[in-house]
Amino acid sequence: MPENIEKISVKLNVNGKTYVRNLEPRLLLVEFLREELDLTGTHVGCDTTYCGACTVLMNGAAVKSCTVFAVQADGAEILTVEGLEKDGQLHPIQKAFGDSYGLQCGYCTPGLLISTYELLSHNKQPSDKQIRKAIAGNTCRCTGYQNIFKAIQLAAQNRTRT
Amino acid sequence: MANKFGGEEKKWVGKALPRKEEDRLLRGRGRFADDIKLRDMAYLRFVRSPYAHARIISIDTSAAEALAGVVCTLTGKEIVPQTQPFIEIGPDSKVRDYPFAVSKVRYQGEPVAAVVAESASIADDAAELVRVEYEALEPVMDAEQALQDNSILHEEAGTNKIWHGVFEYGDVEKDFQDAAFVVRIDRLHFHRFSSTPLENNVVIGEWNLKDDRIYYSCNNSFPSFAIQFLSAHLNVHIDRIRVQTSDIGGSFGIKITNYPQMAVVALASKKAGGRPVKWVETRSEHMTSSAHGNERTFRDTRVALDKNGLITAITSRHIDDCGAYPRYEPLGCVIWSQVFPGVYRFKNARIDFTQTVTNKCPVGPNRGYSRMQHLWFLERVIDICAHELGIPADEMRMRNYIRPEEFPYTTPNGCVYDSGNYPGMLELAKQLIGWDAWKKKQAEAQKQGRLIGIGIGTTLDSGTNNFGQSQIVNPGAPFSGNSQGANCKLDIYGEVVVAVGSCPQGQGHETTAAQVVADVLNISPDLITVRTGFDTERNVHTGFSGTYASQFAVSGLSAVHGAAQKLKTEMKRLAAFVLESEEDDVEFGVGAQGPELRAKRTGKSINYWGLANIVNVNSAVLPVEMYDITLNCRYIWRAPFKVPDKQRKYGNLTLTYASQLHIAVIEVDRETFIPTILDYVAVDDCGTVINPPIVEGQVYGATAHGIGAALLENCAYDAVGNMLTSTFSDYTPITALNMPKIKYGHIQTPSPHSYSGAKGMGEGGAAPIHTISAALQDALFSNGIIIEDSFNNADSLFRALVGKEICQAERLVKLERRAS
Repeated sequence: MPENIEKISVKLNVNGKTYVRNLEPRLLLVEFLREELDLTGTHVGCDTTYCGACTVLMNGAAVKSCTVFAVQADGAEILTVEGLEKDGQLHPIQKAFGDSYGLQCGYCTPGLLISTYELLSHNKQPSDKQIRKAIAGNTCRCTGYQNIFKAIQLAAQNRTRT
Repeated sequence: MANKFGGEEKKWVGKALPRKEEDRLLRGRGRFADDIKLRDMAYLRFVRSPYAHARIISIDTSAAEALAGVVCTLTGKEIVPQTQPFIEIGPDSKVRDYPFAVSKVRYQGEPVAAVVAESASIADDAAELVRVEYEALEPVMDAEQALQDNSILHEEAGTNKIWHGVFEYGDVEKDFQDAAFVVRIDRLHFHRFSSTPLENNVVIGEWNLKDDRIYYSCNNSFPSFAIQFLSAHLNVHIDRIRVQTSDIGGSFGIKITNYPQMAVVALASKKAGGRPVKWVETRSEHMTSSAHGNERTFRDTRVALDKNGLITAITSRHIDDCGAYPRYEPLGCVIWSQVFPGVYRFKNARIDFTQTVTNKCPVGPNRGYSRMQHLWFLERVIDICAHELGIPADEMRMRNYIRPEEFPYTTPNGCVYDSGNYPGMLELAKQLIGWDAWKKKQAEAQKQGRLIGIGIGTTLDSGTNNFGQSQIVNPGAPFSGNSQGANCKLDIYGEVVVAVGSCPQGQGHETTAAQVVADVLNISPDLITVRTGFDTERNVHTGFSGTYASQFAVSGLSAVHGAAQKLKTEMKRLAAFVLESEEDDVEFGVGAQGPELRAKRTGKSINYWGLANIVNVNSAVLPVEMYDITLNCRYIWRAPFKVPDKQRKYGNLTLTYASQLHIAVIEVDRETFIPTILDYVAVDDCGTVINPPIVEGQVYGATAHGIGAALLENCAYDAVGNMLTSTFSDYTPITALNMPKIKYGHIQTPSPHSYSGAKGMGEGGAAPIHTISAALQDALFSNGIIIEDSFNNADSLFRALVGKEICQAERLVKLERRAS
């Protein structure tokens, strides 16, 4: 029963800030981010690692935070959607999504931004196929993906230019 | 600079304005219901039935209550004495619908109890400790079987039948006597699916015992409907229920029917001493027990055609499966008749319509609600007749389409199609896809034994409905017409603030409402704040407010336009007094001190702050005859409807008819039977477009839903009522990997019914489902296949082509050629 479970000390860095907490071992990373740190930009859509609304960057890799225990992130560096902007300025990927009408309800958007961030960090000029593969784990129910493809291409172009 | 003052030039409406919603959503600062945390909040978890049909013998909550951190539990037995069963929309309904199963469960996933705890995880643990004993009953999983009443879901009703009615117009039998061809189709079936918004249902409810009011923060998408149900159910004056919505992560209609969960949360809060209680649905709960779209079976269809392939009459028997409880039903039993003849010219028809309950998840209005099932049926009729008679699919449509010069067109059941140009759309779609080239490629591929099909789907998205159609299903229903409210004001410091009664889920209402007001006041949309998201206490809603049924561009924006015009009139009158000018000489524009009104002759001006100041905090300068000026203008827009003729089932049921025409090229792999889309075009007509990229985005979204529904997404049950697709991993919503590239085109036939010429849009009429069925049939007809189900995948195509179990033309279709 919960009161008998030993909590585990975890130290991790989220969006550049270090946190030390004692956590229940069953606590999911997404629950930690949303409930403990109030970083509610990361969402939950399916609970079974399909939809990717919970995608965050963990040590440079896009992971689904609904399928990672918070204690597994001990020592890790996490980037969430809230960490993308700099000094109030949108990250070029965020801007490209806005400029391309790459979102409607916006619920899947944080996860898609992070998956795009990971893609463009190792592939500066992704092909259409590579883009599709990179976001295959991010379900969007509003856009039919067409404007998301455009947004990612635009983000890649803008990046290559600067 | 020659500013156009005063007049309403369309400077902003029609422009690709970036969305005002974007900034917060891109930064992860949207405010979705689950993001809200309240002081002393407790968490609710449901205990749900593993059985589809069973009697509840006992519920033991003692072990759950004994767990540390559990606040309380709640069961059906407890709530019955405190509540009324939910309102039933059907006539003389004896169904007793509570938010919990009381004596028996009627679908897998039906709530039987709830636990409330200090944390979500303790609530999870406690729910596992609730012991429920069931006695299994025979489940009824098939609609036609259900109508035999061998096993009855609602004993008090005495039958599984929810509604029956015949829609008959014209001299049908005469057309069959005179017909050159009669086509008979034994059975067609439209499958069950859901648009599954990515954000699940969420309710935070607080039954505040100090002021005896209920406060909700939730993501219901038709709150003015929900509060009417909740007020009667909870015995609480409707004014004591406050509902607020904020950002909503998609609904597509599915979140209209989460009012039972809203009821449980309020009752749980009351039992917990008035603490706020939060319920966040899991995806599996959503799949098994939120709402699905309507499933429909079409039996014994007869089609009369003349010698040119013109359809003259249709008769058919339609059986709609609404799952375990009617909830929003039986409204779907009439809503399909908004598009009674689809886009076709036939005048005479008889549709015998029955709705039944089965032991499946209750249905709810899902994108394209009730019309798409019927439109798919009509498109199947067209393509089956075309193939049987050897008429090309495009030619068949050209012969049967309502012609552009016939608009406004009155349908056999009295609906008035406002405008449209279906042949024009077909022409454009054929151009965009390269019709002739594909026809050639198809012929060559066929020689090599490849299975390639080209299909057309023409469909309608009827918007702004006349709630008077509810009286066709229930003559005693107290609803008719349609209305929407909006408020437009200058706040105390002169800011322009607009409030609407809608609760958008990504449709860009903040942006389009600002575009409308910007044109009225001749200022930039950046200067306008739009408050969307429902709030009962903003007092801008009517009983129809919410976001559903393709209507914001018509009803919502007409209300916004009306409110802005009212404000403009007041501002002009007040400015004329202050500037000592004639009203006609007052011009609207932007000056050095922001937006202002100027007197043409004297050049004197007053800015918005100045005007607002006089009315709000400097009112002693106002003459008495101007006391009626508030600069806070509420406007209710009403749709010009009449109550339909209930006996004849005749009248105008919807105001605008947007249309969609899609063409798909599909190949079915000879070895794996996997269908692959090779090319796809979507052409849309929603009248005058307010914001082109917003419209285009919704066309893509609706197209994805349709393609997903046609090829991937199916709410499947086994024979005893286990839902087989209760996670996304099983249900497999369409992803970036299987979504084809869409070629987009549009035409504009302005509607005479909205101030801007816009038609409601967004549902998309499920065009891809019709189109993909048509393309598959085109690929396989020479193998003796007709497409009988709206859902087709490699498995079903294998069963059709190799197993010859389904889709066999010779079993399902009969063509009778009459001597001419």
